[in-house]
Amino acid sequence: MQPPYTPERAIDLYFLEHRAKLLDLASFIDRVERADPKADLRADPRMASFLDAIEILTGADSARAERIQLLFSDRSDELLDVAPGKGAIGADPNYNDTPSKRAEG
Amino acid sequence: MRYIDPHIHMVSRTTDDYQRMALAGCVAITEPAFWAGFDRSGPQGFFDYFTQLTKTEPARAAAYGIRHHCWLCINPKEAEDPGFAREVMGLIPDFLDKPNVLGIGEIGLNKNSKNEMVILEEQIALASQHDRLILVHTPHLEDKLKGTKLIMDAIMRNGSIDPGRVLIDHVEEHTVSMVLDRGFWAGMTLYPDTKCTPQRAADIFEMVGTERLWINSAGDWGHSDPLAVPKCRIEMQHRGHTPETISRISYDNPLRFLGQAGTFSADPIQTG
Ligand SMILES: [Zn+2]
Repeated sequence: MQPPYTPERAIDLYFLEHRAKLLDLASFIDRVERADPKADLRADPRMASFLDAIEILTGADSARAERIQLLFSDRSDELLDVAPGKGAIGADPNYNDTPSKRAEG
Repeated sequence: MRYIDPHIHMVSRTTDDYQRMALAGCVAITEPAFWAGFDRSGPQGFFDYFTQLTKTEPARAAAYGIRHHCWLCINPKEAEDPGFAREVMGLIPDFLDKPNVLGIGEIGLNKNSKNEMVILEEQIALASQHDRLILVHTPHLEDKLKGTKLIMDAIMRNGSIDPGRVLIDHVEEHTVSMVLDRGFWAGMTLYPDTKCTPQRAADIFEMVGTERLWINSAGDWGHSDPLAVPKCRIEMQHRGHTPETISRISYDNPLRFLGQAGTFSADPIQTG
């Protein structure tokens, strides 16, 4: 469906809110770094995929939200023998072991 | 304007929420059976829960002019022990003929484990045997993509289920198209942390259209918002969408899917 708004209208409606969210992202990364400036930011698979997701944001290709969702997904397709608890962490726990996934987005 | 919230866990909400939802235009809701935030110690806990869903909640909702309906099942978070899950499933047939029951749900997967799949398959078969609608819960976060594919495959493997009688819930940007392309209905859950915001739901409608797609709050005991559906309607209105489009996603579409159950109504409740 054709959106019933112009680009200018969308920017007027949402710019300030998303400018603030961008600053949240920046200060979150600074915060993790400040806790140990010598540590590798990418050591945790959540942060590695997070930093790669930011590259999707800055690219020219569309469907950015969908591609970031795929980046954060477990891309395997076998059932697990046993459920490891009930929770989820928000990123593929094996992200750092499967670098080929990054390029696919 | 009238709206339907087709997925909300009112057992976890206060009567004040019923009042606020009624003030915002809510006329009907459906409540799937789910994980209560803790594991029940025995099947009796589920007997009490199913009684609450079929007796207590409809009366509580009716006091605010809201029609209450429910779905019954053992949820995937308590399905890792198949023996226990089967005892709970044994309770379901006795409740299926209660007047507010729509079908089996919310069944699905949580961590995509083998035992979760066994119990999912048995509950799909239960819905098929009783010719009931199915409401599906898809996993959260990194498990959603894989779980959604595995669940759709399991439903089609059964061989007797019409995808037009199944709603796959909690779809997001990376799963919505695969669900709609296979003929299922899809639900977007407006849940602050792990699912979709009203803005992103509006974006998804703009990308994939409004056919076989609805929104719900999934309001429960966690960080959630029982007014998420009217907030998404305001978001759509703000962007310039027509009243017809807004009614389609929040009233007409739920009415069409749920109407297949034969036990759903959004008609005004006669009081006094
Ligand atoms: Zn739910």
